[in-house]
Amino acid sequence: MIKKFDVVIVGAGGAGLRAAVEIPDEYSCAVISKVFPTRSHTGTAQGGVCAALSNMEDDSWENHAFDTVKGSDYLGDQDSIEVMCKDAIRAIMELEHMGMPFSRNEDGKIAQRQFGGHTKPADMNDPYGKRVSVKRACYSADRTGHVMLQTLYENSIKNQVTFFSEYFVTELLMEDGVCKGVVAFDIATSELHIFQAKAVLIATGGYGRVFRITSNSHAGTGDGMALVYKAGLPLEDMEFFQFHPTGLWKLGILVSEAARGEGGILKNKDGERFMIRYAPTVMDLAPRDMVSRAIITEIREGRGIRGSDGTDYVLLDLTHLGKEVIDDKLPEITGFARTYLGVEPTTDPIPIQPTAHYAMGGIPTNVNCEVLLNEDGDIVRGLYAAGECACVSVHGGNRLGTNSLLDLVVFGRRGGKAIHEFLKTASFGELNEHAGRDTNETIKNLMDSNGNEKISNIRTELQNSMMEDCGVFRTDEGLRKMISKLKELRERYKNIAVQDKSRVFNTDLVEALELENLLLTAEATVYGAYARHESRGAHTREDFPVRDDQNWMKHTFAFRKEEQDPELKFKPVVVTRYQPMERKY
Amino acid sequence: MDIQVKILRYDPDKNSEPYYQDFNVKGVSEDWRLLDVLHEIKWNYDSSLTFRRSCAHGICGSDGMKVNGRNRLACALLLKYINTKKPIVIEPLPFLPIIKDLVVDMSSFFNKYEVIKPYLITNTPPPPDSERLQSNEDAEKLFESAKCILCACCTTSCPSTWTNENYLGPAAMLKAYRFINDTRDEGADERLDILDTPDGIWRCHTIFNCIEACPKEINITWHLSQLKKRISSREM
Repeated sequence: MIKKFDVVIVGAGGAGLRAAVEIPDEYSCAVISKVFPTRSHTGTAQGGVCAALSNMEDDSWENHAFDTVKGSDYLGDQDSIEVMCKDAIRAIMELEHMGMPFSRNEDGKIAQRQFGGHTKPADMNDPYGKRVSVKRACYSADRTGHVMLQTLYENSIKNQVTFFSEYFVTELLMEDGVCKGVVAFDIATSELHIFQAKAVLIATGGYGRVFRITSNSHAGTGDGMALVYKAGLPLEDMEFFQFHPTGLWKLGILVSEAARGEGGILKNKDGERFMIRYAPTVMDLAPRDMVSRAIITEIREGRGIRGSDGTDYVLLDLTHLGKEVIDDKLPEITGFARTYLGVEPTTDPIPIQPTAHYAMGGIPTNVNCEVLLNEDGDIVRGLYAAGECACVSVHGGNRLGTNSLLDLVVFGRRGGKAIHEFLKTASFGELNEHAGRDTNETIKNLMDSNGNEKISNIRTELQNSMMEDCGVFRTDEGLRKMISKLKELRERYKNIAVQDKSRVFNTDLVEALELENLLLTAEATVYGAYARHESRGAHTREDFPVRDDQNWMKHTFAFRKEEQDPELKFKPVVVTRYQPMERKY
Repeated sequence: MDIQVKILRYDPDKNSEPYYQDFNVKGVSEDWRLLDVLHEIKWNYDSSLTFRRSCAHGICGSDGMKVNGRNRLACALLLKYINTKKPIVIEPLPFLPIIKDLVVDMSSFFNKYEVIKPYLITNTPPPPDSERLQSNEDAEKLFESAKCILCACCTTSCPSTWTNENYLGPAAMLKAYRFINDTRDEGADERLDILDTPDGIWRCHTIFNCIEACPKEINITWHLSQLKKRISSREM
């Protein structure tokens, strides 16, 4: 069945919904999502969304931009970062005007708190001198993402956005470098639909499910990234994957950085506040990549605590904050500690370990969310991307906490605006008469297969290997191992069987398609990590421990090659006003 | 340990009626979530078992289901809080039509949510370059109702829902509370008109099932009582 819309948005999290709200009524717009919109992963963000509002103390967007550039380990494109940090203040006001409930300060303005890597000069007259933590993260207790997602969904109801919930997009319809729509199937009925569109925006989020320990939803399988990669378009900087330092031990459930922003302290088995040795000025509020490495180092050097299952953890101590602060400002995360680990955070420290959290890399775009065709910056007509699935690149090698929610609303809106401009002159292209045939064949093959490989086995092996060999610390040897493991898993994937033969709500089929997407995003990640002979941001090579600005101030563009290794090309980082310097905190 | 699980199965492609299937699940541990048990079954026993889930820690609201007769989120329920000496009975959320196994059709639930106009209604334009002011005290009055994750555990646990399919139900009315009590909102009257109807707030008979079912521990009945008071005082 062919459906025609001026715009198709794939994904209904923060970026997709914000873009949808931006499309004027005179254009038809469909939002397709494999989960109901309010189930999107944006809702799990906890601690805040940042902007230099100066509601608590003096701050400036330039401070925010400097922190973001430095936090990115100088891989972020500085022109894009300036766009985001300047627009942040307007973006937060817009969310407030839309009805988002925020915690407030004594003046009734939006309250702000400290977060990792957010600083300002100790002396305003010495902008590049010593820096101190600043309150920049706007928040709503520790449910900032939840209320943001609800608010954006509420506004899309108000604007009567058309949703296709629980539809799974399988294919981009690309012809001659132009995007003409997508193919999707209705999960409830297995019916295939062709969505013809003048413009398509991809906003499908991340792919944390490629790792065993992750804070990401089960839905985080890199579907949008894989769509683009399969279509022969590049993925950018996929080797940069952020491990959040404080995941609940064993489960990986996020314990927000807000816990440390409010004064929480990390301790090793000797009760030592070990961050003093790694980041003497900001300590526990150092950026996430540094804290995650510090935790793994503590564990490797025998200062972790051995858990009942033989794995190690360190402790996040909130006990000195007092029950009132904990209950008022961190109710949700302390609830997680109680429910899942049986730990009472007001009296006992919380066992934590780093958890795969956020993809800095993704679908390359310019600041108007137009998807890039190549490393020269040429664009794909009619194709846009925003949010975690995209790489603008504002996060570079390591994202600062609270910049992700900001990214969603700033670039979701910019994507919507760019599409609006494009629609003024765009028209529907001719669809190829075979549109949808590939998906039909893929699904038929999966459903008819009598293969003997189990989807869950391949996925588990992928997640374990990625954790082991492509996690916080990486080596040449480990990555070679990972590459051959991937080749093995890809071969075995050809022999998987979907055992559920039903056409009704077939989640076995969905998991098979998601697994392919995980294998594809893993490929771009692993090859990028193998090629990048330096340590920068979240990408740490033990065999190349130093950042190499001479050779590696550039973004990786990975292109898929059928049955071959991907081809890697490179694009220089955009530097405006901040020259790379040593990254100390 | 090994546990017995009894799950209501139904695939309209194959079955004329729902039926119960027993699973003997081996090697589970008491710190597993019930969702982990469902995954264990799907991934190692029967991959056709169908349920919704996403975040797996009680935020996205996907995996509401009936466990031993009570509506719960499978991801927020640990085995140590269930009697595992007896078979654990898992059924879809009551009242809503079953699509397949534990997946129900939520459209009537979300239609009711839309009826109460779940968005900020204002006639006064906000200040152009700054936020509307609101005291933290007023903001925090909204936080408990704003915690709602729209999982439908409350609405489908309510006997008033079971006897009147048009009843708005606790989740939609809790959302109404969240906006009616927002100092920035100017749509209270039109929402109170919607609540003050035969299928609205007066069908809440303070049975408290909603509170027992709510995985976010929201005192829903208290919020609905405040709405009743507000409507009564408006009429006086």
